[in-house]
Amino acid sequence: MKLTDRLHSWKELPIGGIIPEGGTSRAYKTGTWRTGKKPVWHPERCIQCLFCWIYCPDDAILVTEDGKRADFDYDYCKGCGICARECPAKPEKAIEMVDELR
Amino acid sequence: MSQVAKELMALTGNEAAAYAMRQINPDVVAAYPITPQTELMQTFAQYVADGLVDTELVTVESEHSAMSACVGAAAAGARTMTATSSQGLALMWEVLYIASGLRLPIVMCVINRALSAPINIHGDHSDAMGARDSGWIQLFCENAQEVYDNVLQAVRIAEEVFLPVMVNYDGFIISHGVEVVETLPKEVVQAFVGERKTPYKLLDVEHPITVGALDLQDYYMEHKRAQSEAMRTAMPTILKIGEDFEKLTGRRYEAIETYRLDDAELAIVALGSTCGTAKDAIDELRDEGLKAGLLKIRVFRPFPWKYIQTALRGKKAVAVMDRAEGMSAVGGPVFHEVRSCLYDLGDRPPIVNYIYGLGGRDVSIEDIKKVFNELVPIAETGKVEDFYRYLGVRE
Ligand code: SF4
Ligand code: SF4
Repeated sequence: MKLTDRLHSWKELPIGGIIPEGGTSRAYKTGTWRTGKKPVWHPERCIQCLFCWIYCPDDAILVTEDGKRADFDYDYCKGCGICARECPAKPEKAIEMVDELR
Repeated sequence: MSQVAKELMALTGNEAAAYAMRQINPDVVAAYPITPQTELMQTFAQYVADGLVDTELVTVESEHSAMSACVGAAAAGARTMTATSSQGLALMWEVLYIASGLRLPIVMCVINRALSAPINIHGDHSDAMGARDSGWIQLFCENAQEVYDNVLQAVRIAEEVFLPVMVNYDGFIISHGVEVVETLPKEVVQAFVGERKTPYKLLDVEHPITVGALDLQDYYMEHKRAQSEAMRTAMPTILKIGEDFEKLTGRRYEAIETYRLDDAELAIVALGSTCGTAKDAIDELRDEGLKAGLLKIRVFRPFPWKYIQTALRGKKAVAVMDRAEGMSAVGGPVFHEVRSCLYDLGDRPPIVNYIYGLGGRDVSIEDIKKVFNELVPIAETGKVEDFYRYLGVRE
């Protein structure tokens, strides 16, 4: 049984609330928690330091095969703003927090 | 009746529990000492030290840790046991709910003792009654024999129902009183409890699972409903295991036990060691011509409402004995539940509550006879003036 395909009745659940498969947190789109602001990447200002990738608490900065910073993974970005705060690019940061209506 | 060789032993209630545990030979025991449980774990630790069991005995730094270690061990598939009393059970509180919510078949002896304050180390049911909503099956024992017998049955009950089980017995009165206990040979016990079967394996890295995941508005209620179902449907399994046990020993174990209750007009309802005292009181009263009887609750969780309803139907007056003050301002916990299950009877017997035996206050045959004698006018008039009473307190 796939637990993540639909909401199941109490009669169908594995005993004791266990989750009988691995890696199920991928199915949990924590990006839906984002409220108010979302980060936007400006690649032309980016110096590829990958600070944002290190600091992001949600693994929401995608990195290419050859180790280059790619765009945000908005499925999991909670909009905390840590990446934008830590981005050292000058004179303007390469990450900007913009208003987002949901 | 049994064909197996039995041995008669002189044991305290704690030693009877420890001896049962020795014969069960659990994989893991995690425990912390507390009066009056200490003697149990001290005896069991000696078995471990002497190599008489294969158990991994985890000596933790608190009861909170004891139950936490039990949760981990049971989730990993180990047959897991522990024991505590009073403040120790109170300190386990949050982990009790985790054990039952995760449906872990942990067996725990609770050697019933009063809760502080004021500090008191003696027997009453305040500890167990506070845990009555924690999702554990609760069995109550009348004497050391029942301690031995219920501990053996508890292992199977827990593992077949997938709920943890508390085996309750009165501190000092049962835990430290020496009685003759009929024990089974170890092979017979081993065959009776069998191998633990687990629905999943926590340590199987090929098939990873998560135990204890976050469960929010979308699923928590379904999980609680499923847990409730386990409790609601546990009784037939408990009774079936009681029948299997009776085939081995000749001793009968059901949800409730009745003593001279069928033709009784006056009934008392009690749990634990007081039931033994009540039986003697009833014999004396019967000789004096009073139609007195006892309803002893063995299985308190799941609450055997159907059996109680049937057994008390048609009685002229009922007294419910509570060895715990529920502090609800309207009587003790056993009283509430017994009275509630009589609600659906068309012809409800008048019912009163006695809070008694708190902090180990002795209850004598005379005390129980006093209760029955106070039921007489209630039976005659059908009226109850004050239903919330104390027995044996200085006014
Ligand atoms: S806003 Fe927070 S969660 Fe989103 S990418 Fe930046 S650091 Fe990660
Ligand atoms: S921290 Fe800023 S500059 Fe560094 S990689 Fe991330 S976006 Fe680019």
